[in-house]
Amino acid sequence: ISMYHKEKSIQVKNSASALYNNLGVLRIAPRHLTYFTVVHANVVNMVSASWDGLNYSHRQLQSKEPNVATSTSLIMQAAFCPLPSRDLLVVTSQKGIQMYESDGSIMVYWHALDTPETPTAQAVFARGISAVRESYICVGVSSGAILVFDVPIKGSNITLSEVLKEHKESITDIAPECSGQPGMECIADLVSADDGGNLCVWKSGEDFQLLNNIPGFDMSCSSVKLWKGTVVAGYGTGQIHLYEAVTGILHAEINAHARWIYSLDIAPFSGLLLSAAEDSLVRVWHLTMTPETNSVEVAHLHNECVTDTQICGAKFCDGDGYAFAVTGYDLSEIIRYTQS
Amino acid sequence: MSERTLPLVFINLGGEMLYILDQRLHALNTSDDNSEKGVWSENDRKKVMNDIVGTMFGKDFMDELLKPQQLYSHRTMKTVLTRLAHASIMRLNPASMDRLYELMVMAFKYQVLLCPRPKDLLLITYNHIDTIREFVKDTPVVGNKVDETHRKIIEIYSSLPEGEFQLLRQTLLIFFQDMHIRVSLFLKNQLQNPNGRFALSTSGPVPYGMDVPGLIRTFDRKGREVRRSEFPTGGSYTSPIRKGCFELHGDRVIRLGMNMYTVNHPEETHTSKTDDTPNLLAKEELNLLARLMGSMKADDMPKTETGFQINLFTTDQEEEEEAEASSGAEEPLFGVINIQAMQDEQAATQLAQIAGQFAEGEEQPENLSSSKGDDLLAMMDDL
Repeated sequence: ISMYHKEKSIQVKNSASALYNNLGVLRIAPRHLTYFTVVHANVVNMVSASWDGLNYSHRQLQSKEPNVATSTSLIMQAAFCPLPSRDLLVVTSQKGIQMYESDGSIMVYWHALDTPETPTAQAVFARGISAVRESYICVGVSSGAILVFDVPIKGSNITLSEVLKEHKESITDIAPECSGQPGMECIADLVSADDGGNLCVWKSGEDFQLLNNIPGFDMSCSSVKLWKGTVVAGYGTGQIHLYEAVTGILHAEINAHARWIYSLDIAPFSGLLLSAAEDSLVRVWHLTMTPETNSVEVAHLHNECVTDTQICGAKFCDGDGYAFAVTGYDLSEIIRYTQS
Repeated sequence: MSERTLPLVFINLGGEMLYILDQRLHALNTSDDNSEKGVWSENDRKKVMNDIVGTMFGKDFMDELLKPQQLYSHRTMKTVLTRLAHASIMRLNPASMDRLYELMVMAFKYQVLLCPRPKDLLLITYNHIDTIREFVKDTPVVGNKVDETHRKIIEIYSSLPEGEFQLLRQTLLIFFQDMHIRVSLFLKNQLQNPNGRFALSTSGPVPYGMDVPGLIRTFDRKGREVRRSEFPTGGSYTSPIRKGCFELHGDRVIRLGMNMYTVNHPEETHTSKTDDTPNLLAKEELNLLARLMGSMKADDMPKTETGFQINLFTTDQEEEEEAEASSGAEEPLFGVINIQAMQDEQAATQLAQIAGQFAEGEEQPENLSSSKGDDLLAMMDDL
């Protein structure tokens, strides 16, 4: 029996664009709802899906920034930032960073990027979004800088607290420690990745502290995760690397895909890892930590092939990895799979 | 997103256009129709190629393209490519241009989608340039322009990292998004499904520089490999293809971007189900367009207005009937669009009028009042 089976897809108003990590998922347990976001050019498509599969509502967010009447800008990423006090939806584009209430109803904050008067050869955009700890949201920029925003418990008084300048190449992805174990003391809070494959490991706080810099090998790291002190990184070579975050020691190397990896996700309670690539394949793996030997084991569990599709987003829908969702370039649906 | 897409887009789309024109011009010559309109000699064909290639690879035009800028809309692309086609003695009616554009774009979409590594976009471009060079090999003046441009492309793009190429590719994929026009040649070769989507294989060689999937390696804290295991990949992959040549001349290895059209099968260039989404030109784009058109030197334009009218694609019965009705008449039934290159603000208005003709469902009027152009520009300002 196959580990997962396909469920009914969710139709989306537009097709997904070929962007890294192009699927946002937020589970609202008290309301038996899950929010999904998929980016299409200059629009974010939001779907709110009830768990009983009976109710779907749709909303679209544009990248048009307030008070600026220029041509629309393309969106690089949309991601949910769950914080203890509130959940926000962050949208990054060529022009700047927008933050909304998690249902997309109200925009609470706008940050404009410094765009030059005449275009330069170096593209300007924001990409890489992560909530960190109690009150921070980190967003990456094409210059390699990471903007750290301080988010109050409620209201729109969000402020830029710090700019981290460690990466020299465009940020691709940022991820928080997601072990999900309350009280577990993790040394590292955040990992950031760039187009050269370099990985930076951070400790959050009033001043973020760089704990480690794991050098890349001239190949873009398009998606990164941090779980129980282990960095899981997906590359344009189709490889996945597992590193011990604070030391940079390589635990494992997987020749996972035949094309560029576009998305990774981890189910924190079970240690399931999801990888998806342009090669049309989604793979499910299992990570096991052995604290005694400080080692990590990887086992392959399952494959799903989305025929004739270059996958651009894949995420678990719950902390155990019971279900996951997938988006693909030119596809106007969110494909869902559930454990059998 | 990427500010460097234009040169590659023009060379590749332009290249596809030349492949199709070459095939169609040959096809016209083999027709039974021996009227003056129908006969294209070898010299005529070469002249058309030389004129178009000469303009496309002209220094001013290329320099304009090489400036960092955002990708244009489809409407603008089509306008400029029409202008390029009309740099020769050939005149295409709007219906032909629409079909031609569909073919060009779907071919390039296929190439970009299936490009093994993002950097291989350059190899696809060089495949186009190599064939273009062949088309104009008897005219060294034009051949030199091609070489010059090729050198510039090598100089500017060769050192870009893979991440930047992927950004470029992602920008192009947004440009092609939701286009699923069916092309006979692709359907025949099973590159495309009946629903218009391209077939992606899960077998075959992996791109150069990649490893065949299937292996998990685990290491100890000292970096020594302690375990190897394999997993089922769900595909059948083989070792990587050879590295293609990124120099001026050489074996590109990958075949994407080479001329797929053969002289003997004109039906290959049939398309079905146009997917036109209306797209108004933003004012900035009109200005860019005006500059671009201006950079195509007026001197290179044929002085004579006696261009040959041709229907490239006679798939519409209506088209054929109208063509029959107009044969022998002084004025053609479809308005011929003569675009002259100009360098001032007025050009933007005129271009808006011309571009406005491509709007879906509109008639093709001979004389456009200036107020219509103003309305169009006024509409842009509201965007």
